[in-house]
Amino acid sequence: MLTPLEIEALRLSLLVSGWAVVGSLPFGLGCAWLLARRHFPGKAILDGLIHLPLVLPPVVVGYALLVTFGRRGIVGGWLYDWFGVTVAFTWKGAAIASAVIAFPLMVRAMRLSLEGVDRGLEQAARTLGCGPVRTFFTVTLPLVMPGIVTGVILAFARSLSEFGATITFVSNIPGETRTLPIALYALTQTPGGDEPALRLCVISVVVAFAALLVSEYLSRRVQSRLRT
Amino acid sequence: MLSLSLRRRQGDFHMDVAFEAGSGITALYGRSGSGKTSVVNMVAGLSRPDSGRIVVDGKVLFDRDAGIDLPPEKRRLGYVFQEHRLFPHLSVEGNLVFGRNRVPPKDRRIDFDQVVEVLGIGHLLDRRPALLSGGEKQRVAIGRALLASPQILLMDEPLASLDGARKAELLPFIAALAQKFKLPILYVSHAMDEVLRLADTLVLMDGGRAAAVGPLEQLMSDPALRPLTGRYEAGAVIAATVASHDSAYGVTRLSFAGGTLVVSQAEMPVGAQVRVRIHARDIAIAIDPPERVSIRNVLPAVVTSVTAADSFLVDVVLSAGGAQLWGQITALAQAQLGLKPGMRVHALIKALTIARGDVAGRDRGSRQE
Repeated sequence: MLTPLEIEALRLSLLVSGWAVVGSLPFGLGCAWLLARRHFPGKAILDGLIHLPLVLPPVVVGYALLVTFGRRGIVGGWLYDWFGVTVAFTWKGAAIASAVIAFPLMVRAMRLSLEGVDRGLEQAARTLGCGPVRTFFTVTLPLVMPGIVTGVILAFARSLSEFGATITFVSNIPGETRTLPIALYALTQTPGGDEPALRLCVISVVVAFAALLVSEYLSRRVQSRLRT
Repeated sequence: MLSLSLRRRQGDFHMDVAFEAGSGITALYGRSGSGKTSVVNMVAGLSRPDSGRIVVDGKVLFDRDAGIDLPPEKRRLGYVFQEHRLFPHLSVEGNLVFGRNRVPPKDRRIDFDQVVEVLGIGHLLDRRPALLSGGEKQRVAIGRALLASPQILLMDEPLASLDGARKAELLPFIAALAQKFKLPILYVSHAMDEVLRLADTLVLMDGGRAAAVGPLEQLMSDPALRPLTGRYEAGAVIAATVASHDSAYGVTRLSFAGGTLVVSQAEMPVGAQVRVRIHARDIAIAIDPPERVSIRNVLPAVVTSVTAADSFLVDVVLSAGGAQLWGQITALAQAQLGLKPGMRVHALIKALTIARGDVAGRDRGSRQE
């Protein structure tokens, strides 16, 4: 039914987006918590930095990543020298690009949810013998679950559609970084690619639609558990 | 046993509170903004005093000078908030055991089944808090605090958000707690009916200070504290026991330190301990015992103090066999009778003036006043 090229692009898209979301989740939650709960000097700057990828052209983000994470970049060189790891021009790099682009969406959703948590419930947990960490995991986290689900889904969806930063940072390498949008773009640049391009379009629509349905189902489930 | 002395500045508001609360129920009473909730929050560790000391049963929770400030989770206090604050993501049972699970088994003094039975919440265990009524939520919140086996229970206007019927339903539960679980309770309220029903000791809060601390009957019978006990509450409160009912005439006889008091028929069973509020304006004073009079209560008493309430009113405090009564008479009557401390007089109280609402049951076993 699907051609090997399509299967490969689909697999890569899911792999890259999945890792982008899973890898950035703890950082996203941490940043959301810092922004929602803490006051510290430079908070406005951190807030701005997190939101920057939302307003910058993705190509700029991709180029910045290439400069930092390339084998001769500050972080990339260090990674290669110490761990022998290269992220530029690999699927890991694609995941990093997607994660950076989707990060603001994830943080926003989680932050809003955290700000909506009744601090009184956390106080109650403290008087019942829970320290701050246990209170976070037994009370705060379950209460922000809807925000986490929303953030994860938004980030996942954004990652699936990521193109500009990815092609700039990790290029178009078959079997490594050629995700659905990149494969589609490549086909539109090839003579006689119209029919396969259309097929990829349909696949993209189906995947996006499935993601939306799953997200709707998940958030309904989580919400109904919390109704007060 | 709770002993505290606290100072804290919140903007323009200065708190400076010191009192001790023993066993039984200690009520923090005062108008809104007098600092009642702030005191409880500082005891619980939810806000920090600028200076002072808080000790519960010999354990220092806070001592500024010694640098001690235990976090809330180390204080072993139960806190019942004004709004129930149940965890919406847990079932009633999950809420109940939330605090208990943090207590090592050897320190669990309070039995789950007993709490569930006393509070009557057995049929609710599987439900989500969202599906409970206001009264049920507050009962679960009380159970949750109890099961953490606290050294003392803090209650911040737990009935304020409930309607009259739910309130009446919950009052006996709270009255029974201190007794059944041998737990001191610090109870914040601005409702005098709750305080009369529950409190052993009264702390009158005013402008961030504990203006007066003592047994409830004593403070309520002190005319000097009237601005704090409330203008419309003016009157003494005495402890009594239901001696007999006389249904034929619709009256109840109460025995108290000063003799027998005939009041409008009350609902409490014979032998029940009650508190009676006698409004200052309903007490008349006679130097000689009147004969052939309709007034059923003629109580021999001694004048303990005579002070002007305002230009035309005089407060007269009487002692009837040790029970304090407080009458208000006109300055004219005072001038003509020439009342002075030490004089033997008779307090006259119409049975009718002590209505059902003035007699409050006190559901506690044998308790000596």
